[in-house]
Amino acid sequence: MNQQTEALISIQNVDKRFGTFQAIHDVSIDIQRGEFFSLLGASGCGKTTLLRMLAGFESVSAGRIMIDGQSMADVPPHHRPVNMVFQSYAIFPHLTVRDNIAYGLRKQRLPRLRRYEMVEEMLDLIKLPGYGTRRANELSGGQRQRVALARALIMRPKALLLDEPLGALDKQLREQMQLELRALQKSVGVTFVLVTHDQEEALTLSDKIAVMAAGRVLQIDTPAGLYENPANREVAGFIGNMNFFIGKVIKTGPVMADLQVEGLGHVQVETSVIRQPQNARVLLAMRPEKLTLSLDPPEGALNSVSGTLHTTAYLGGLRQFYVMIDGRADPVAVSTQNQRRAMPQDIEQGRKIWLSWHNDAFVVLENT
Amino acid sequence: MKEGSYISQPNRTLRIYALLFMLFIYLPLFIIPVFSFNSGLYVKFPLESFTFDWYFALLDREPVFAALGNSVRVGLTVSILSTVIAVFAAKAIARNRLPGSGPILGVIMLPLVVPGIIFGVALLILMSRLGVPLSLYTVTLGHIVVCLPFAIATLLPRFEGFDLSMEEASADLGENGWFTFWRITFPIVAPGIVASLLMCFTISFDEFIMAFFLGGTNATLPMYIWGQLRFPTQFPSMLALSTLILAASFVFIFLGLWIGRIGMTTTTKGEMSK
Repeated sequence: MNQQTEALISIQNVDKRFGTFQAIHDVSIDIQRGEFFSLLGASGCGKTTLLRMLAGFESVSAGRIMIDGQSMADVPPHHRPVNMVFQSYAIFPHLTVRDNIAYGLRKQRLPRLRRYEMVEEMLDLIKLPGYGTRRANELSGGQRQRVALARALIMRPKALLLDEPLGALDKQLREQMQLELRALQKSVGVTFVLVTHDQEEALTLSDKIAVMAAGRVLQIDTPAGLYENPANREVAGFIGNMNFFIGKVIKTGPVMADLQVEGLGHVQVETSVIRQPQNARVLLAMRPEKLTLSLDPPEGALNSVSGTLHTTAYLGGLRQFYVMIDGRADPVAVSTQNQRRAMPQDIEQGRKIWLSWHNDAFVVLENT
Repeated sequence: MKEGSYISQPNRTLRIYALLFMLFIYLPLFIIPVFSFNSGLYVKFPLESFTFDWYFALLDREPVFAALGNSVRVGLTVSILSTVIAVFAAKAIARNRLPGSGPILGVIMLPLVVPGIIFGVALLILMSRLGVPLSLYTVTLGHIVVCLPFAIATLLPRFEGFDLSMEEASADLGENGWFTFWRITFPIVAPGIVASLLMCFTISFDEFIMAFFLGGTNATLPMYIWGQLRFPTQFPSMLALSTLILAASFVFIFLGLWIGRIGMTTTTKGEMSK
């Protein structure tokens, strides 16, 4: 058997219906061994349902789920080789931290000392040494989260399922836990499947992300792939900020193609990024940071356009400028790094400014 | 203007009302212990001298202990059976989104509002139709009907306040339904179970109507008291007995509510500390 190339988790054409409501539509995802995989989407997109189907808490209406080559069709949750970290952490309130972590070891019939040793190893791993005898209600949110992780990892699962594990933490702690979670995943080498609505979290942590909306998978790719090469308008709009322009393919040459774009006029992109035929209407997407802003006409820039400053927004590390250009109703967003503390605060509204960009700044999408 | 709005201000009228309310409820009760320590035979003021005689007189009576034994046996059986039934009922109502769980709950709670005498008569007719002889078993049956609503009302909030993911986490960690119940569900709802046991025992211990209709010749303590009221000379002793029952009931109910509350504040809903 070709075990090495086979995906650890294979979700094949899975549907999920709750009565008349279809929560999951024909979803197929392969998750490789050792991967940090995220299911990303707004609330109600079906990502948690899908995770619960992996854990066995929801049945599969159609299609099948394979884990390590085994069909999970008739396998109840307590016999599946995966473990879950619940959104509420579900720390057992009547047990100590040690008994929480050792909860799943009962069937292994280990001597008590060996069990305690294993718990101590896990406590070291989650950086809570000496917490074994604490009661669950003496723990902070971040500590509960770690105990929930340890309780699942001690089972040596083939995959760890995490349901919005950082959602209840404040921003600082969340960012710290993101780094720790990533380091933990690399050190234990277990496949992680994370559900999150936080795109930054997904981008930071994941090897691969499946973006979901309305029960369907929109795109599965690496974080950079999703960000730089979104497959469609939904993904482009969901991950990060994006400017959209309507355009038309005029002529496709061997290297470069000419397009006519609203507000920007004549634009050249590499032919290789265009799949549409000549005269097709397309949607061009460009990230705000791919635009360069200048107060004077840029010299030697291949592509530029002038506009007037509409508003600015100060975002700490970044500054966002909204620029009106002729032939387009919505302002174009441009973001710049605040590299200097003394930035010209007072580019007055309505001032004429120039935008320029590189040929590879655009992503060309179907105009749907 | 005084501190704060009228909402948080102390209100004199309301205080007086509360005081009258308490007097109305507890003053009659208060008469019983007062006269149980009074050496006079009749319940009338002024009080005569203080005495424990009526209490000591109780000790010499064989039937008091027989009735007490009956009451305790019935009380224990009723509290255990009612609580076991209520655990399953409360779990089913709180967990399974069964259609019509509202009406089902209504039916279960009905004995709270149906007059006891009607239930008593109904059960009596049923028993005689079925040819079941009246005994402590039939009293037990009647008391379970009376106690179930209380047991369910005590246990239901526990199961409803119980984070479902606790049981899912247990299943996820490899435990089947049976072990999940014993290792997770039962310990978490245990305070509710204890509260329900105490509550049901007290209700059964004090219950009269069912015992009267269904008891046949086997007297429980309240029936014994009722029987003795015919004899004026026994009255002070019955006051003494009532005082003891009253005190025991207070202790049990207080314990039940207290234990029920401890559990509620420490265990439910996987407290998300922020």
